[in-house]
Amino acid sequence: MLNPEQIAQDAAAAFAATDDPDALEQVKARFLGKSGQITELLKGMAALSPEEKKSTGAAINRAKTAIEEALNSRREAIRQVALEARLAGESLDVTLPGRGEIRGGLHPVTRTLERIETLFRSIGFEVADGPEIEADFQNFTALNTPEDHPARSMHDTFYLLDEHGKLAEDILLRTHTSPIQVRYMQAHVARYAHLETMPEIRIIAPGRVYRVDSDATHSPMFHQVEGLWIGKDVSFADLKGVIADFLRRFFESDDLEVRFRPSFFPFTEPSAEIDVAFMSGALKGRWLEIAGCGMVHPNVLRHAGIDPEKYIGFAFGMGPDRLTMLRYGVNDLRLFFDGDLRFLRQFV
Amino acid sequence: MKFSESWLRSFVDPAVSGDDLTHLLTMAGLEVEEEEAVAPAFDGVVVAKVLEVAKHPDADRLNVCRVDTGDGQEARQIVCGAPNVAAGLKVPCALPDANLPGNFKIKVAKVRGIESSGMLCSAKELGISEDASGLLVLPADAPVGWNIRAYLDLDDRLLTLKLTPNRADCLSLTGIAREVSALTNTPASYPAITGTPVTSDAHRQIILDAPQACPLYCGRVISGVNAKAPTPDWMKRRLERSGIRSISALVDITNYVMLELGQPLHAFDNEKLEGAIHARLARPGEKILLLNEQTLELQGDDLLIADDRRPLAMAGIMGGEDTGITLDTTQMFLESAFFAPQAVAGRARRYGFGSDASHRYERGVDFGATRQALERASALILEICGGQAGPQCEAQATLPARSPVCLRPQRVAKVLGIELDASRIAEILARLGLAFSRDGDDFIVTPPTYRFDIEIEEDLIEELARLHGYDKIPAVSPRASLVMLPQTEQARPLSRVRQILADRGFQEVVNFAFIDEAWESDFAANTSPIRLANPIASQMSVMRSTLIGGLVANVATNLKRKQNHIRLFETGRCFFRDATGQPVKGFRQPWRLAALAYGGALPEQWGTSARAVDFYDIKGELELLLAPAVARFEKATHPALHPGRSARILIDGRDVGFIGELHPRWAQKYELPLAPALFELDLDALQKACLPAYAEVSRLPAAYRDLAIVVDQKLELQTILDGLASHRPAIVQDIQLFDIYTGKGIDQGKKSLAFRIVMQDTQRTLQDTEVDAAVQQLVEYLRQAYTAQLRV
Repeated sequence: MLNPEQIAQDAAAAFAATDDPDALEQVKARFLGKSGQITELLKGMAALSPEEKKSTGAAINRAKTAIEEALNSRREAIRQVALEARLAGESLDVTLPGRGEIRGGLHPVTRTLERIETLFRSIGFEVADGPEIEADFQNFTALNTPEDHPARSMHDTFYLLDEHGKLAEDILLRTHTSPIQVRYMQAHVARYAHLETMPEIRIIAPGRVYRVDSDATHSPMFHQVEGLWIGKDVSFADLKGVIADFLRRFFESDDLEVRFRPSFFPFTEPSAEIDVAFMSGALKGRWLEIAGCGMVHPNVLRHAGIDPEKYIGFAFGMGPDRLTMLRYGVNDLRLFFDGDLRFLRQFV
Repeated sequence: MKFSESWLRSFVDPAVSGDDLTHLLTMAGLEVEEEEAVAPAFDGVVVAKVLEVAKHPDADRLNVCRVDTGDGQEARQIVCGAPNVAAGLKVPCALPDANLPGNFKIKVAKVRGIESSGMLCSAKELGISEDASGLLVLPADAPVGWNIRAYLDLDDRLLTLKLTPNRADCLSLTGIAREVSALTNTPASYPAITGTPVTSDAHRQIILDAPQACPLYCGRVISGVNAKAPTPDWMKRRLERSGIRSISALVDITNYVMLELGQPLHAFDNEKLEGAIHARLARPGEKILLLNEQTLELQGDDLLIADDRRPLAMAGIMGGEDTGITLDTTQMFLESAFFAPQAVAGRARRYGFGSDASHRYERGVDFGATRQALERASALILEICGGQAGPQCEAQATLPARSPVCLRPQRVAKVLGIELDASRIAEILARLGLAFSRDGDDFIVTPPTYRFDIEIEEDLIEELARLHGYDKIPAVSPRASLVMLPQTEQARPLSRVRQILADRGFQEVVNFAFIDEAWESDFAANTSPIRLANPIASQMSVMRSTLIGGLVANVATNLKRKQNHIRLFETGRCFFRDATGQPVKGFRQPWRLAALAYGGALPEQWGTSARAVDFYDIKGELELLLAPAVARFEKATHPALHPGRSARILIDGRDVGFIGELHPRWAQKYELPLAPALFELDLDALQKACLPAYAEVSRLPAAYRDLAIVVDQKLELQTILDGLASHRPAIVQDIQLFDIYTGKGIDQGKKSLAFRIVMQDTQRTLQDTEVDAAVQQLVEYLRQAYTAQLRV
């Protein structure tokens, strides 16, 4: 009779010598199949005495368990090899680019406008909007710039023709975003007419504006952002604080200086021009004009139906195109309006 | 306003450097726009006199000169090549060791064998002009030996102020000096103006026919003037350094006094005048030939200076050609007048020109100095051109009032955010020459005649802030009541809409709102666009009613730059005439959004097969952008689009825009090899959002059935879906098209559509029989409504 331990050893050796899963099953049959060696041993048990049956049976079972373990482990090993081979075959060039669309992007000036909106929202400014074909009254007169005021020549205005080809009366392309102030104030006053004290006005108003001017530093259409804060107690010192804070946040730098110098706008008094100077970089030490501002002129408040003795506030107008150029180092304003993807894709 | 610093310092000379002066002016609101030195740095150059000139023995073009340089030594020997060298001339001479501009050091050297100890200089060699034609010839009375920089005042600087329209008072040296005096607290001294000795009785009557427009007119006849007298060098130099070319002594003097005092003057040839001088409004149709050789047909609100016979000048703007002084004039009539700003403003611009005089009058000329200016100019004329002055003739009506302005210290604190005490306020007002009295705490200020910009309290507060220093006002973080801003979920912010498009590969552009008229007719069939009255170019002459033109042009430009996969979008206002338009009557100005895709459906790549972008690509982008809103698309034609591949976009039944492929005609015209697919719609349709509302999710399994039907090729899917929607059994939750087939097995003119039907009940599991019955009901409906055949 064959030794069960020997059979187990033979089986382990035979399994180890087999790489193919089908062949392995055939090898298995030699030991565990219907006429396999272990089965044969079990058949031979009938002839044994009860004593012998006990001890031999235990030995056969041990061998059978060992064979099954060896078989399972070999099956697993073969599977593993096959899996590895398949995975190796499936390997990719991971450096090939991914499939699909490339990302687009926002216009650089939009980035700036969104930053400005976010920064001012954080101190409670809402965003307002207004028409671009504007009435002469809102663009000039309500802003304390009557007909023939010399300040009108500061703005070279685009006018429109009517249906008959004649100069349209009192209609123009807005030369600044300031008329939004006028419209907003009027609406605000009407909305809160029932209250003893109207709530504060805190708005910024970004938009496109138009002037008859075109060269390397001027575009006939450009952007402005108007800001307005009207309350019971808003001073020039507050204006300085808000603007200085904004510029440091916008440029993410304390490494810049802001100065306010007297200037003139018909709709503010006192008025100031705001200059900024960077302490490092290509423009180091140069004062750059960035915005105009001032305390809202009492006549402008009156035009909107606000009592200048009761309410006071400031307004400012910034050039987001200029801010964008400074922020990203763009040196030609015209690039913003040229639609050149090679330029625009740099702002994705 | 351009002027020389040394001229200014002759009036007021504060102990500050040139750079500090520039800064001081800028920070006081008189922005120094430009500053330049009159001459570059050099030294060792003196006034010299050429004593003798002899030919160089070995060089035809050179001369050997003996030159007196005033050092008390023997005359120097200098070799000179200038063509204009001559004995007796006074010229600049660079001495040995002199440093000339451009790092040029003068040394004693031999020139063709002859020792030369110095160099005679041209203006160019000294860097003061481009003239290199010969030596700079100095006046005969130039003092030999003087440093040329001192003699020609070459250490001077030229400053250009960018004056704001409110500061007309600084359009003169006197005004700037007054300002510098106030800013630096340094006393100023001005040229003494005394009465002119009257030695003739020649005069003219003055008649103010329009006393509001011209409330003060002064004049004087000066006879026996020598109009050909040379302008003194000092005057010429000051004029030139102010950017005014010297013309003749009489003209130069009027310009000089204008720069000095800010009062424009005009000189008439008195012999060409007839009768009285009138300041009157023009008669309609009246014509005048101006000094600039322009003939104007005047309007009724143009103010004229006229004599009894004809117009002589546009008051405060420009004199007439016929009556101006010439070099032959011997008898002149000198005008110094005050014209009201409203009477001059805009008039010159109306005729397309301007002048130094109109620039000043429009902003306001000091009516307290009209007579002094006349005296000052008279004195200079008598001194330079000789002659006999007649008496001052004048007429005066009511001059502008200078109303007192009340200044409240507590208002100062409120506006500026800082307290200025009464003594500081008084000091600043005094320094500015603003006379005041006190009324309790308040200051009652009467503005001087030269300030046209002080009408209200805030104007005075600005003056206080300016003199105190804007930089001394602290920047404070403002206090405000903290109220949260509304944050609606019912609207999508524009930034979100833009970001979705950007994430889907679209690049935002910003195009001009005024466009080529052809774009309006091509892309909007708009033949009566809103035209600009004064466009800067024909391709920017009408307001756009669609954003398409700009995007198409962007594609064309980018194709030229070898960009082939192009996805663009723009948001902006479009403009329509509309009688009901608001808030500007007559115009509707909606915000629109347009997106365009051109080239491959995807960027060219190794991993996907190339396919041109088409209608369904852009439609997919739009549907994604609109979600969760669902738009309906109705076949429609649009002037910009392919007639078979265009649709209008409907949201909640409202027409909000259009979508399609560009018409091949426009693709060809605008040089696009492929047709872009695009859409444009009202931005507010994209910004609508609704609050999500929860609906119960069924936990019971759904049943799926696929259904293929054959229908007429032309039948639109939407028609079938609409029909099914209104005829479906309740358990049918969703019907999706998943395949379209034409070709083998399907008759010509027919198409096969395959739908997946999703059925579900939230309360119970569906039985097969119910499901089959539901499908059967749909099939039956399709058969009846669209003669659809079940495809097996």
